[in-house]
Amino acid sequence: MTEQGIRFIAMLLYIVGAPIIGGLLDGLDRKISARMQGRKGPSILQPFYDVAKLTQKQLLAVNKFQLLMVMSYLFFVILSGVLFFGGFDILMCFFSLSTAAMFLILASTSTHSPFSTIGTHREMAQMMSYEPMELLTAVGFYLATGTFAVSDIVQAKYPAIMFAPGFFIGFIFVLTIKFRKSPFDLSTTHHAHQEVVKGVTTEMVGIEYAVTTVTEWYENVFLLGVVALFFINSNPISYLVAAVAVLVVFFIEILIDNTSARVKWQLMLKMAWGVTLVTGGLNLFILELIKR
Amino acid sequence: MDTLALLATALICLPFVMAIFPAVIKVSKVRSTIVYICGAIVAVLAVITAGMWFMNGGTAITFDLPYTGVFDKIILIGDFLLMFLIIYLSIRHHKAIISLLSIVQTFLVAGIELFGPEAADTLHIRIDWLTFIMILIIGVIGVAIGIYAVGYMHGYHIHHHKEVPDHRSFFFAMIFVFYGAMFGLVLSMSLIWLYFFWEITSVCSFLLIGYTGTQEAIDNSFKALWMNLLGGLGIAVAIAYAICVQGTVNLYDVIDLAILGGQGSAALLPIAMLAFAALTKSAQFPFSGWLLGAMVAPTPSSALLHSATMVKAGVYLLVRLSLAMNGNYVGQMVYLCGGFTFFVASCLAISQSDGKKVLAYSTISNLGLIVACAGAGYQETIWAAVFLIMFHAVSKSMLFQCVGAIENTTGSRDIEDMEGLAVRYPKLAFILMVGIAGMFLAPFGMLVSKWAALKAFVDAPSTLMVLFIVFGSSTTMFYWTKWFAKILGIHASKGRDITKPNEYISMYFHAVLLIALCVGFPFISKYVIEPLMKDMYGFSNAVISEGNIAIMVIMICAIFIVPSINYLLTKNRNDKTVMVYMGGANTGDNKNFIDAAGESKELQVSNWYMTNWFGEDKLFKPAIIVGVLIIVIFMCVVIGGAI
Repeated sequence: MTEQGIRFIAMLLYIVGAPIIGGLLDGLDRKISARMQGRKGPSILQPFYDVAKLTQKQLLAVNKFQLLMVMSYLFFVILSGVLFFGGFDILMCFFSLSTAAMFLILASTSTHSPFSTIGTHREMAQMMSYEPMELLTAVGFYLATGTFAVSDIVQAKYPAIMFAPGFFIGFIFVLTIKFRKSPFDLSTTHHAHQEVVKGVTTEMVGIEYAVTTVTEWYENVFLLGVVALFFINSNPISYLVAAVAVLVVFFIEILIDNTSARVKWQLMLKMAWGVTLVTGGLNLFILELIKR
Repeated sequence: MDTLALLATALICLPFVMAIFPAVIKVSKVRSTIVYICGAIVAVLAVITAGMWFMNGGTAITFDLPYTGVFDKIILIGDFLLMFLIIYLSIRHHKAIISLLSIVQTFLVAGIELFGPEAADTLHIRIDWLTFIMILIIGVIGVAIGIYAVGYMHGYHIHHHKEVPDHRSFFFAMIFVFYGAMFGLVLSMSLIWLYFFWEITSVCSFLLIGYTGTQEAIDNSFKALWMNLLGGLGIAVAIAYAICVQGTVNLYDVIDLAILGGQGSAALLPIAMLAFAALTKSAQFPFSGWLLGAMVAPTPSSALLHSATMVKAGVYLLVRLSLAMNGNYVGQMVYLCGGFTFFVASCLAISQSDGKKVLAYSTISNLGLIVACAGAGYQETIWAAVFLIMFHAVSKSMLFQCVGAIENTTGSRDIEDMEGLAVRYPKLAFILMVGIAGMFLAPFGMLVSKWAALKAFVDAPSTLMVLFIVFGSSTTMFYWTKWFAKILGIHASKGRDITKPNEYISMYFHAVLLIALCVGFPFISKYVIEPLMKDMYGFSNAVISEGNIAIMVIMICAIFIVPSINYLLTKNRNDKTVMVYMGGANTGDNKNFIDAAGESKELQVSNWYMTNWFGEDKLFKPAIIVGVLIIVIFMCVVIGGAI
């Protein structure tokens, strides 16, 4: 099969498969969390039931604008993932993801709701915390493999992790923010204990919340794809390694989620930027020294 | 060729002549008409000049104006006139010390010109791709601001600021002088001419900033004056060096000599001096104070200073010099200064709630990115810098006009008061949103430029710059997003919009222009910027791959189309409308709740400003110190290397 064909199928697989994988991972997350807390936990398919139910609920809208924004949010997240799995420029994927995040913010502020407004501001603080590392990750791939194009990164002789371990650690760190896991679940949380009700999604009802949930699944699969990309190279076995690595990372995130308490935004910003500087910055500096 | 020479003469001289009309006509209606007509003439002239040059094949040409000798004399006299004006004004306002700067540099330039060694004869005017772009920006954006100003200044004096003495004649005269000086600046090849026009822009902005005559305005205008004069001194020293040591006054010869000389050569000295001047003019740290102070002036002058003129003169010169700065200490000084400014100014913008102040910091920050790109002097970064100059000129001019109109309409330019603007004043909100999107949202200008700049600095390699860019872009995202988010939202009623039609014409024109720039950017890249780079470097690589261009075009389209489609999809839903969640304490609408005392209280939601982290009192002074350190250290290195 031609390269074009493979890329096309990868994109298609992402569009169709990401919500399924994302949903399953979500179910797995709940199950493992429950076991960690000594509960039995829901069925692994529970997230799908939830979404199905949400779609059947009557939409009680605060502002009609919100649904439109949420749908645009979904579109841009899918676009980021499609670009990524289609093998395009990884920097572009992250830019597209930032645009998507923008729509989520517009969706929640269009309501003038006190709780979702606080959630939004926290969400923005979260974006400010993780964005530098996100962009640096793209830079890390570029330094390790000499290209921003995902289709070429996967053809590299050595996996990117060999040159960019610092970027990897930094990325895993901000992944906790992106996954909305404790201690960084400031803007909204998956658990039923948020002091600002449901934060950024407080005013999202029925179909709106269903779309937001599915969007999160798409986003998570894309982000885990980036984790996998650190391990993939021209050697076919590397795909297996990558899959294992993704599962390990996913488990670690759940572990962190269940063992830490929510922090304030100041500490989050300090930690995220600090880790970015130390891991990403140092790795960057070393690679550039070698290149010289 | 001859027609072009005539057109260039007209472009430089006519605005100066036209400045007389608004200055002498005191009848408001007649003056407005004259300003419209003259503005239109300037814009048309600029477009024709640019178009003629483009039709001629778009190759760099150099020539002299007719009667060049006369111009030389006028400029020499003009230098002294400016000096006397500065001396007079600074003595009148008890700041005589500032005039020293002017006296020193004027006598330095004039003395060397008259009594110094004979410099090789040179042509005076050059048009190339960069000039082409600048002429269009000044002619089109600058004039649009002038047209907006007519309506705005009317409202300003008649309705809102009756306490300010009405000097509109003077105001419009200054605007025309500004056009002329900017055209002269970008067309000049001779450093002496360039210096003269540079000084005019400094003095003009000084006069415009002090327009209202309050103590604050006067203080700020003198701050702008001394900083810009300091930059002027840099040019004066560069001229002195070029004539005495290198035997030329031609900017391009100076640049070529520096390229030949390379790292550590004495030929870098004039480049460093010129770059220093450009840093002051483009308000980089430590010289950012004057641009922030410029906010006291009426909005059109802020728009003019921030978008099409003044600060653009600085980055224009830096892009010119970029080849001579590539890979040496001067370049490092410039890009570190720019990168640092990009980051710090965007942090400072977070802590501001005054709309104009946010715009001011964003200008400084954005210019920082342009300066950094120019200082690096790689193909990618020049490509990015030129794009940023264009996008920034359009969107910033639009934003200032919009905030000005909002202030006139609502009586406040505080971002907190813009809550629900989309409902109250949909037209103004639309303009504001397009402008903000143009400044930072992914598919627009910032994205392409950031992409190119990041790649270039990774290749450079410069760790510090990569970090400045990634952190700076996250803080940039933060302050724009929270403003953007504020505009949406529920608000009770629609307000009465008192914005004048001519203000709208100008703003809509900008909006259309911005969208055209976005959609047309692959063509602009191919037919304007790539030839520009070929001009500068002798060859040109496609900076950005076709695949990425396709992605960007898709994203640009998507950002308009996707919400529209979603709007159509969701339009006809008859969803039940409910109130927002307030823990059950709603009083019946979304604006009030029942407080602890059982009484109705209005709900206030406010943005985050994080003043404990990013406030001016925390960051501004340290930023200035760092800026000074960067410049002093690198200046020492350059001068040391030369000796």
